[in-house]
Amino acid sequence: MPDPVILFFVLGAVAGLIRSDLKIPGVLYESLSIFLLLAIGLKGGIALSKHHPGELLGPILVVVAAATLVPITGFVIARLVGQQDRANAGALAAHYGSVSVVTFAVASSFLMRQAVEAEGYMSVFLVILEIPGLLIGVALARMGASETRWLPLIHEILTGKSIVLLVGGLIIGYVCGEEGAVSITPLFFGLFKGLLAIFLLEMGLVTAGRVADLKRSGIFLVSFGLLMPLLGAMIGLITALGLGLSVGGSTLLATLFASASYIAAPAAVRMAVPEANPSLSIGASLGVTFPFNITLGIPLYFAASQWLIGGQA
Amino acid sequence: MTSRLVVRKLITVICESALEQGLTQAISKLGASGYTVSDARGKGAHGVRDASWPENANIRIEVLCDEPIASCILDLLVNNYYSNYTLVTFVSDVGVLRPGKF
Repeated sequence: MPDPVILFFVLGAVAGLIRSDLKIPGVLYESLSIFLLLAIGLKGGIALSKHHPGELLGPILVVVAAATLVPITGFVIARLVGQQDRANAGALAAHYGSVSVVTFAVASSFLMRQAVEAEGYMSVFLVILEIPGLLIGVALARMGASETRWLPLIHEILTGKSIVLLVGGLIIGYVCGEEGAVSITPLFFGLFKGLLAIFLLEMGLVTAGRVADLKRSGIFLVSFGLLMPLLGAMIGLITALGLGLSVGGSTLLATLFASASYIAAPAAVRMAVPEANPSLSIGASLGVTFPFNITLGIPLYFAASQWLIGGQA
Repeated sequence: MTSRLVVRKLITVICESALEQGLTQAISKLGASGYTVSDARGKGAHGVRDASWPENANIRIEVLCDEPIASCILDLLVNNYYSNYTLVTFVSDVGVLRPGKF
């Protein structure tokens, strides 16, 4: 039986393709994204309160080092195979180097349905991985260019709503701990899947709207959007194996490495690499990679994690 | 009644919402005393921009100012924005009641 949240995504995509007048108001989209970011942050913070944060320093360094491979691979493929210019290849690299919070939320929901536990601190990786890949992509795009205003760019990334809410949720969850947060858990955890479903309905509509971009940019973009998550997931699975994560943790890490940003990255890249064509990278990340990951990718990464790690657990 | 009105320039820029912060800061720096930003949707050379997705919506920035400042703002748009961003700009003469404000 498929996960209902995915069916909501399909409903949105179908509504978009048949040109229904269904529209999710912008304020609801904003409200739901605030809710999802806070809920994921809080969940991670509560899990983190059971650990000593220092224990995570080593794994964080390993994950960040491994994550740098994703944008570099993406850049090389886009340049050499896709014949993209430096700006567009760098923009694609930045989108794929960063991560997608909603894909992570769908993977968590998938694990909940399978009744598989994951290390709670995975959302710490989510927060951290949003940044380096984005910066590497921009650096690759700007290499040799006259000047890049790094400070405003870093300010834009660090003060973006996703980082502020995720980090804020993490800190609040960490400070309050499981017992302290009891009063807010019915909202943030009890209603999580229902609200995620409405958010995915909107994402389905948005994805359907990107199909026109894909028609224009052709076969390379579609192949890139399918190949990159598989390569990323492979790097993620190897890293998870090295870190000794559980099947659930490994699925989430593979999903993080496989996912492409379509909220933080487009805004930052638009400012930092204005000559890149935004419909290429958003078309690939939102039109191809996001639907692939939430429908086929996550179950695939889960199966691969079970195969790689499950035997030892 | 029209004799009470003084002529000023109204610059209207319709552009990607990603430009809001940078552009409004630059406009203020050039000496405009204020601006109005509103969400916009429509259709143009880049297809339908229906604001269905807030991350990828259009905005309309309106600035009331005198002619020298208007000219600086147009130079800024031509030199820094037109080559890479999607925007439409038009300028009109409008009558204002309190010219000291603009």
